[in-house]
Amino acid sequence: MSSARDQILGSIRKSLGRGALEGEDAARLHRRLATPSRNLIPDRTAGLDRDGLARQLVGKLGEAACSVDEVASMAEVPGRIAAWLQRENLPARLVQAPALANGLDWSKAPTMEVKTGTADGSEDTSVTPVFAAVAETGTLMLLSDAPTPTGLNFLPENHVAVVRRSQVVGPLEDAWSKLRAARAEAGAAAAGAGMPRTVNLITGPSRTGDIEQRIQMGAHGPRRLHVIVVDD
Amino acid sequence: MPGSGPRVGLFVTCLVDLYRPTVGFAAVKLLEDAGCTVEVPATQTCCGQPAYNSGDMADTRAVARGVIDAFEGFDYVVAPSGSCAGMIHEHYPKLFADEPETAQRAQHLAKRTHELVSFLVDVLNVERVDAAFPGTVTYHDSCSGLRELQVKTQPRRLLGTVEGLSLTELPSAEICCGFGGTFCVKYPEISDKMVTEKARDVSATGAGTLLAGDLGCLLNMSGKLSRLGSGTKVRHVAEVLAGMADGPAIGEPGRE
Amino acid sequence: MQSTSRSFKQNAHHALQDATLQRALGNIKTGFQEKRRQVIAALPEFEALRDAGRDIKNHTLANLDFYLERFEERVTEAGGVVHWCRTPAEARQTILEICRRRNARTVTKGKSMIAEEIGLNEFLEANAIEPVETDLGEYIIQLRHEPPSHIIAPAIHVTREQIADDFRRHHSDLDPNRRLEEPRDFTDEARAKLRDRYFQADVGITGANFLIAETGSTVIVTNEGNGDMTQLLGKAHVVVASLEKVVPTLDDAATILRLLARSATGQEMSVYTTFSTGPRRPGDLDGPEEFHVVLLDNGRSAMLGTEFQEMLRCIRCAACMNHCPVYAAVGGHAYGWVYPGPMGAVLTPSLIGVEEAGHLPNASTFCGRCESVCPMRIPLPKMMRHYRTREYERGLAPGTVRAGLSLWSFLATRPSLYRFVTGMAAWTLGALGRRAGRFKSLPMAGGWTGVRDLPAPEGRTFHTLWAERQGAERRGSGGTGR
Repeated sequence: MSSARDQILGSIRKSLGRGALEGEDAARLHRRLATPSRNLIPDRTAGLDRDGLARQLVGKLGEAACSVDEVASMAEVPGRIAAWLQRENLPARLVQAPALANGLDWSKAPTMEVKTGTADGSEDTSVTPVFAAVAETGTLMLLSDAPTPTGLNFLPENHVAVVRRSQVVGPLEDAWSKLRAARAEAGAAAAGAGMPRTVNLITGPSRTGDIEQRIQMGAHGPRRLHVIVVDD
Repeated sequence: MPGSGPRVGLFVTCLVDLYRPTVGFAAVKLLEDAGCTVEVPATQTCCGQPAYNSGDMADTRAVARGVIDAFEGFDYVVAPSGSCAGMIHEHYPKLFADEPETAQRAQHLAKRTHELVSFLVDVLNVERVDAAFPGTVTYHDSCSGLRELQVKTQPRRLLGTVEGLSLTELPSAEICCGFGGTFCVKYPEISDKMVTEKARDVSATGAGTLLAGDLGCLLNMSGKLSRLGSGTKVRHVAEVLAGMADGPAIGEPGRE
Repeated sequence: MQSTSRSFKQNAHHALQDATLQRALGNIKTGFQEKRRQVIAALPEFEALRDAGRDIKNHTLANLDFYLERFEERVTEAGGVVHWCRTPAEARQTILEICRRRNARTVTKGKSMIAEEIGLNEFLEANAIEPVETDLGEYIIQLRHEPPSHIIAPAIHVTREQIADDFRRHHSDLDPNRRLEEPRDFTDEARAKLRDRYFQADVGITGANFLIAETGSTVIVTNEGNGDMTQLLGKAHVVVASLEKVVPTLDDAATILRLLARSATGQEMSVYTTFSTGPRRPGDLDGPEEFHVVLLDNGRSAMLGTEFQEMLRCIRCAACMNHCPVYAAVGGHAYGWVYPGPMGAVLTPSLIGVEEAGHLPNASTFCGRCESVCPMRIPLPKMMRHYRTREYERGLAPGTVRAGLSLWSFLATRPSLYRFVTGMAAWTLGALGRRAGRFKSLPMAGGWTGVRDLPAPEGRTFHTLWAERQGAERRGSGGTGR
């Protein structure tokens, strides 16, 4: 008796009227996977320089219901986060991704209560870096890793994402290229062809339209997504 | 001038033949005014949609063969219906997969077959009609014409040249009226819901007359409007374009 | 799920009488349709992207075995397991065994139509495991013990007042004075209620919008973030997906993502698009310890190579039902099984048989709006017609329809006889109807006149009048007269 796997593959091949692919037919498909090519990409971000991409990103983040703050350097980030929390009437405490522990100097925002790690559901606000930001649609790409745990992206009510201008790309395909390059460099090809456990593409704060199709923010994930774009 | 232009076979359609010959004569007038020689093959009956949409392929093919025979040799075949023209244009070529010779003839016919108003505008480059119609009309885009044959702007362009006519767009013009051939009698309750909403939208435009390019849809909408006690008149667009809209509208009492 | 597709007509009758349902369905036009229209107008490449999406899926389906094998290799490399399941029963059993191994008492669930297709919730309950739906819409209908009525908005048939009643009935700790009126009130209540459940869950089950052969990733697309919490906080992540969800590469997924959210909710991107590859990695502070993909066939491999293969391009965006006038009239439950609307009218007979679901491909006017909005350019009306043909060939069409068509065809292939009969009919009906212009009722035409008047014909057929005109012209131009 053959396994369910063999039967399903056999049924597919029977329906397609052929056996398992071999030789050049299979080689061609292996090449398609090994060197992925791009399909049609909208013109929207074509030819934009760094300033143009940042402008496009900020506009799209706004459309996706994010709030955006633009700052000149990483040194300004803690103060700006503290000010944003105050403006929004939110408690002056947060959890930051371990990846940011060395990058953010909280001594300039002494009233802030800051812990480092992942979220356990008790925190009001998280602060994370991103891996890339897609200007085409205002989408942030975040990767899971020890210094960037995924829980921070979902459990707190408020999520602050720190985007460096050098991380802004045009279309999603550019973010994939960047990811492939980074993983190849890190020699991470063993697990999942170099994919992190989780890649989150996040476009705005959590929402639902399940009550009579009226959009309501903060369904399960963050109610607010505040993006700080840092000029680097 | 009749005679100087292409030789056109008029596919009258079974509904126009049975219900509203005025539409057929309006089509003849519009085509002749545009310089065509119009002939009406006497052996034509129906395009075969009742069988085709019921899954009865044998009868569909039998009826289609008759149409293919009847319209051999014309420069163009024109129907005052997007639905029937769409049937010939879109579907006939697919009917005869096992009969290459008939398939080729079907293909040849399909290429020459057009819906009336789009034929006038897109093929004959007619830019205006010589007609007057005092009053406000609204226009429903019948589904087959709209989606199979891209009939959308052409009737509006010609209606724009009718003296005294003003067009108020129907907000849901592209939504089906609920006719659907046999659908309207197989699922009368659902059809009723659809045509009731259509009638409500038509009334809300305040237009005195509803126009469309397919008699099936027109009979359905006219029947619902009158059942609801609406005074909106209903006509085929060709009647207005041909200046032949002085007789009773669809469903109106005839003149004794 | 037991199908009630056979009683589509009765289901539709009840739906049309249900004033609350009709009010809820009224939101579709201003919601989904208008939002889709706007977002597509803002992307000039949308039509070209539809072609690209169709081509990607066609390529994948033509090489489906190859891509599934590559997908499995990558999942295994990442430390996950692919479970191949031919039938719903195999899929249910596989999931149950994973749950049992982890001594699971509760499982959280992200929205999954495949879980509906295999009847997972009832099965888990019967085996003393509590499934907790976490998508707000799914949560609502789980409280109501109803199936979803829409593939992306499962509770679209429910009004706020009904949800308020459901919450008060099931949330025993809810303060009776607490206001439940605005969407925010419901969202906050469900959010608080479900928070603990994520942490309690032993297993998190999600569906998948895509499977990526290049990387062994599964992809979910949501707006709420519930699917992410489900897979992040459960100790094992089980993905249940049908096999046609695979696409070759991340770039292929990027192309189809541009179509998906725009066609579904009218967004450029849904809020959360999440690629999951294997279980938690060494050093990770969170994430599931196990990663399973339950890959379901359930008849799909047999659809390949048939006239229904193109249906396997479907990405479950729901644009077809959002634009279907029949769906808008009767809602999703009338269709009687998991998948409603035009995609359901094709997929349901493919999966459970045309004998069971024969009504669905017939309950369409062939208006073609579904095909015109389908991001994958699936020719839905064409495939519904294929089912009608199959029904007709198998003798499943009603006898009256067959008899009527035979008579009609007999006449339509005999032009002279046809002329005679239509001439008589036009004359008779014209004479009877001339005074009123229309019939309020007519023998044998109840299907028509039950709901609308039948306009009277003008009284003579076109062909009769044309023959007279031709005769007159001949006499006029012939000149010789009599």
